[in-house]
Amino acid sequence: MQRIGVFVCHCGSNIAATVDVKKVVEIVKNEPGVVHAEDYQYMCSEAGQALIAKAIAEKNLTGIVVCSCSPRMHEATFRKAAERAGLNPYMVEIANIREHCSWIHKNIEEATEKAVILARAAIAKVNLNAPLKAGESRVTKRALVIGGGIAGIQTALDIADAGYEVDIVEKTPSIGGRMSQLDKTFPTLDCSACILTPKMVEAAAHEKITIYTYSEVEKVSGFVGDFTVDIRKKARSVDMDKCTGCGVCQEKCPSKKTPSEFNRGLGNRSAIYTPFAQAIPNVPVIDRDACLKFKTGKCGVCAKVCQAGAIDYEQKDEIVTEKYGAIVVATGFDTIKLDNYDEYAYNQSKDVITSLELERVMNAAGPTKGHLERLSDGKHPKEIVFIQCVGSRCSDDRGKPYCSKICCMYTAKHAMLIRDKYPDVNVTVFYIDVRTPGKNFDEFYRRAVEDYGVNYIKGQVGKVAPQPDGSLLVQGVDLLDNKQILKKADMVVLATAIEPDPSVRKIATMLTASIDTNNFLTESHAKLRPVESPTAGVFLSGVCQGPKDIPETVAQAGAAAVKAIGLLAKDKLLTNPCTAKPDELLCNGCSACANVCPYGAITYEVKLINDHGIREERRVAQVNNALCQGCGACTVTCPSGAMDLQGFSNRQIIAEVDAICR
Amino acid sequence: MPMNEEFKPKIVAFCCNWCSYAGADLAGSSRLAYPADVKIIRVPCSCRVNPMFILRAFEKGADGVIICGCHPGDCHYSTGNYYARRRMAMLFSMLEYIGIENGRTRVEWVSAAEGVKFSTTMNDFVAKIKSLGENVRLGDIRCKN
Repeated sequence: MQRIGVFVCHCGSNIAATVDVKKVVEIVKNEPGVVHAEDYQYMCSEAGQALIAKAIAEKNLTGIVVCSCSPRMHEATFRKAAERAGLNPYMVEIANIREHCSWIHKNIEEATEKAVILARAAIAKVNLNAPLKAGESRVTKRALVIGGGIAGIQTALDIADAGYEVDIVEKTPSIGGRMSQLDKTFPTLDCSACILTPKMVEAAAHEKITIYTYSEVEKVSGFVGDFTVDIRKKARSVDMDKCTGCGVCQEKCPSKKTPSEFNRGLGNRSAIYTPFAQAIPNVPVIDRDACLKFKTGKCGVCAKVCQAGAIDYEQKDEIVTEKYGAIVVATGFDTIKLDNYDEYAYNQSKDVITSLELERVMNAAGPTKGHLERLSDGKHPKEIVFIQCVGSRCSDDRGKPYCSKICCMYTAKHAMLIRDKYPDVNVTVFYIDVRTPGKNFDEFYRRAVEDYGVNYIKGQVGKVAPQPDGSLLVQGVDLLDNKQILKKADMVVLATAIEPDPSVRKIATMLTASIDTNNFLTESHAKLRPVESPTAGVFLSGVCQGPKDIPETVAQAGAAAVKAIGLLAKDKLLTNPCTAKPDELLCNGCSACANVCPYGAITYEVKLINDHGIREERRVAQVNNALCQGCGACTVTCPSGAMDLQGFSNRQIIAEVDAICR
Repeated sequence: MPMNEEFKPKIVAFCCNWCSYAGADLAGSSRLAYPADVKIIRVPCSCRVNPMFILRAFEKGADGVIICGCHPGDCHYSTGNYYARRRMAMLFSMLEYIGIENGRTRVEWVSAAEGVKFSTTMNDFVAKIKSLGENVRLGDIRCKN
């Protein structure tokens, strides 16, 4: 029989306001196995933990139940406290009477009754707990960064500077990401390329960093400290070692009709291409869907003009398998598709563009060489209307419910830059709210209004109607003056909502990392563990976790790097001891458990079994504790009930069921 | 049960540690109320839920049992929720055959970010169980007082 202590936390008034903690203590005192019960203001405080330690020593407790907040919050705290007091940490159970009780119920009687039941379930469980010992696993001192934008580059640089090997996997032909497409950056108006390219070069030159571009993560197995990852290096059709990056092939390529991804489809590129002039690596790829050689078998111009003999039409995809201790996801974002927003005439008029497209238009290397002109007729616009929150803060399912966070600032930037360069152009911004929290952000926005005379109108736009004369009629509303507005514009720019890059879904599935309804990766704790995925060893960097601007992305990238370094610096990790355990007497070696194990942790061995005096050789299941992650799939599959899960055993869970249904 | 007393169903919710238990935590910290009749048991994965646990719950007087796990494709253990989905489909149809109405059992996918979904699911499930009334079909008469 266990000697159990129950510790009921008030959590200030968080629990005590709706749960009569004294009453809970009185009732649970009579539960089987309970020899001690008390309540305290804050169990997680030093004094609270001392209280637990004292009771363990004085009452010779063999198990404890803490009735408090979620185990996801403080289970580790109380396990450590118990361990310090000489108790096996796995003899601790938590009854979640805050998140699952006091915070959601108002009626004190009901909440107290429920708290008692939850405590009883935990007591019933701990009565059946057994001491467990964590094993050890090794740490591969190498990190993988998925995504080669500013987030991935920064994370990789920080990890590499700490002395660890880092691989960057980037799906496009060059690192650089979205930031490389931007013209200027707020709030300082730095040239984006000028501050990004040195980082790209640094990453490429770093002896600890290996960059795989035009590559994708194909398969991930293993777990924290010991991931095995297959990376598919897509066939570039160009030999990276031979190519000198002279660019002649791109010049001579006769197939130049493919919309340039880098220029957001404004303008074309050749079939053999590097996405932009500063691309790293400066080695082109052949787009096999566009290349005449691949499509018709004729052509081969690039091979003829290449002095280095680097063109290789026979090149095949290559799979690289590498081991990593930590994985950082930095997959970034894209803008949403505007197919559901017919009212803005994006698909009807070339002069309605997204803000990211405007970045390309404003950029000297862009489709208009940096000249502000209408994409339909090349004319200089006189009236430009910006529409905010296109698909952001959307209450229906056409768009996204969240604020994309960056649009208010980049629109102020665009408006300011246009007014600065072309004082003859009138700029009007339709907005719902202007949101500019951030260092020097509001000052920046006010400059746009006060110094540059940008006309901000609070209200939404209902329709953009292309007119026969080529102009655009913008129908909006001014909420402050409560009047309808009809405005003729030459160009309309849509602050299009951002969403996580679509590739993140597949990557999240491979990493078994949680993802939310908007496809942003979930952090382990919204406030206290913002760069860690709930999946151990997986870290989050940049917009894959939520909308962010560049300063925030860089800060988070550094934070993710620090967390990864903290992991890589360890030689051994403690493993979860709640693993599957077969009862060899019951096992008949049928292989059902091994078939459902996602980790290949179960093997079979022929062993001499003494079954109640009958000694015979039998094939029985064996669990590799280093591989088992403790999901429990095998325990339910086993037809003879031989497999059980330590820490969540059949008897423990049934005891909880019984306590709840009592 | 006396006619004038409000029916307080006993509801057991098995929640996986990685998604749904965290979703329940988020419902809690967001103060999204649902009836106190729901009691949550934490399991590592929805695939840990043995049909035996559900039978046991009904036998011991539960009026409804709900299993919550990660969305298909999002399982922390890659494939656990697929096993749970198949097992429960099979079990629930057998339970219906012996008289445990389909409404008393449910599988729901709730992610760690879906506090709202957790709360609405539980409100909805409790309302359903209340409309079905007390479960008398499988209750072990030895368990009644």
